[in-house]
Amino acid sequence: MSEFASGSLTGKNLHLSFGTNHVLRGIDLDVPTGTTASVIGPSGSGKSTLLRVMNRLIEPDQGDILLDGRSVLKDNPDELRQRIGMVFQQFNLFPHKTVVDNVSLALRKLRKLPAEQARAEALEQLDLVGLKHKADARPANLSGGQQQRVAIARALAMKPEVMFFDEATSALDPELVKGVLALMADLAKGGMTMVVVTHEMGFSRNVSDTVTFMDAGVVVESGPPEQIFTSPRTERLQGFLADVL
Amino acid sequence: MDALDQLIGSFFDWEAIAAVLPQMLTVGLRNTLILAIASGVLGCILGMVLAIMGTSRSTPLRWLSRIYTDVFRGVPAIVVILLIGIGLGPVVRELTGSTNPFPLAIFALTLMASAYIGEIFRSGIQSVEKGQLEASRALGFSYNSSMRLVVIPQGVRRVLPALVNQFITLIKDSSLIYLLGLLASQREIFRIGNDAAANTGNLSPLMAAAFMYLILTVPLTHLVNYIDNRLRTGRPEKQQPDDAAALIGKGAQP
Repeated sequence: MSEFASGSLTGKNLHLSFGTNHVLRGIDLDVPTGTTASVIGPSGSGKSTLLRVMNRLIEPDQGDILLDGRSVLKDNPDELRQRIGMVFQQFNLFPHKTVVDNVSLALRKLRKLPAEQARAEALEQLDLVGLKHKADARPANLSGGQQQRVAIARALAMKPEVMFFDEATSALDPELVKGVLALMADLAKGGMTMVVVTHEMGFSRNVSDTVTFMDAGVVVESGPPEQIFTSPRTERLQGFLADVL
Repeated sequence: MDALDQLIGSFFDWEAIAAVLPQMLTVGLRNTLILAIASGVLGCILGMVLAIMGTSRSTPLRWLSRIYTDVFRGVPAIVVILLIGIGLGPVVRELTGSTNPFPLAIFALTLMASAYIGEIFRSGIQSVEKGQLEASRALGFSYNSSMRLVVIPQGVRRVLPALVNQFITLIKDSSLIYLLGLLASQREIFRIGNDAAANTGNLSPLMAAAFMYLILTVPLTHLVNYIDNRLRTGRPEKQQPDDAAALIGKGAQP
């Protein structure tokens, strides 16, 4: 049983160009309810852009996005993004607000919860990531790992159906990576639908249900982690794995 | 030593200064502050509109803000005050029956201040990392809500020192209103000093005016330094011992 109200997410034939730069060239990605898809590949392959297209921070030129089997391209994009949580490489906490206000802001302004209830729910989320005692601190006074856990709590507070992680541990000091990865693994185990863009091959291999390897705007290879990591079929994936492992 | 006595006499004639001080404190100071504060507040409002237009995604709005800013930053204050004050004076008199030059003076000062303040706000807003807008939009906030709740509050905080500097300029520029002709009760610090200097043939009342301006502006200059310093080193906050330890070696963020 899932702890979350997760949904499935599907990207179909997604294309995106910036001028003459064809960043996404027909990407298909299917993430069934409650599963974790990791997306790996070299820098500049379009992984992060794919996430931003799937929650319509950037509108695709072509293709379709389905949430729970229904196309969301005609929906209000702001409402779509309320259903998809996102965690960034640089945390992007709001530095002018306290930790608890970072988490409760969307609850108050978008869910229209009264201040007290929003704070209570935010504290609950902070407790889940082990940072309730930092509620009234400023983000700048937290370590990178703590900041990223707050960012995860901020995204979870909106009760999203899908969570996106965009290289969530790349900016962390090595000793802080573990805690954040463990939290992400807990979410995956709890039944959250997740798309994880990552350079952490261990996480990709051990936690995700499917692995998608992207290069130059296309999906080169995709499948269960066992297949991707032990018997890569394409030369490009073999070369990439040889470089990173 | 006659030359020196003469020099001291024309700048520091204490009797002349004492004679002009009461007027300067009760009438001049009040009028200067009315002009500076009113045009400062209105300039901030109009400046924020210009900054939002200047950072918007609409090209016509950006152009409009650009042209306005270029015009009112590029023309001397004295020209704007004369053009507005004398040019629009008769129209205002006809419409309202009032000959008070203050509204038009405040209007002219506001037009110029907003051009500078708009640029100050715009630079502040644009200095906020792109990730802040992105994070806010990813939570589901619209562009407008994201700007209002996340980007603009951070941007404004960063430019507070520049904003105070602009207010200092307004205090000084408000002296130009004397060109529009003032009743005795409408005179501000400079005009009172200037009138007294003309009547006595002695510059000491103008020295008193200069001193009055310094009393207003020097504390503000130090306020700028204080804010600047606090923004750079982070606000003093009560901290748990482990928080204090976590800060060591980390660049505190404003």
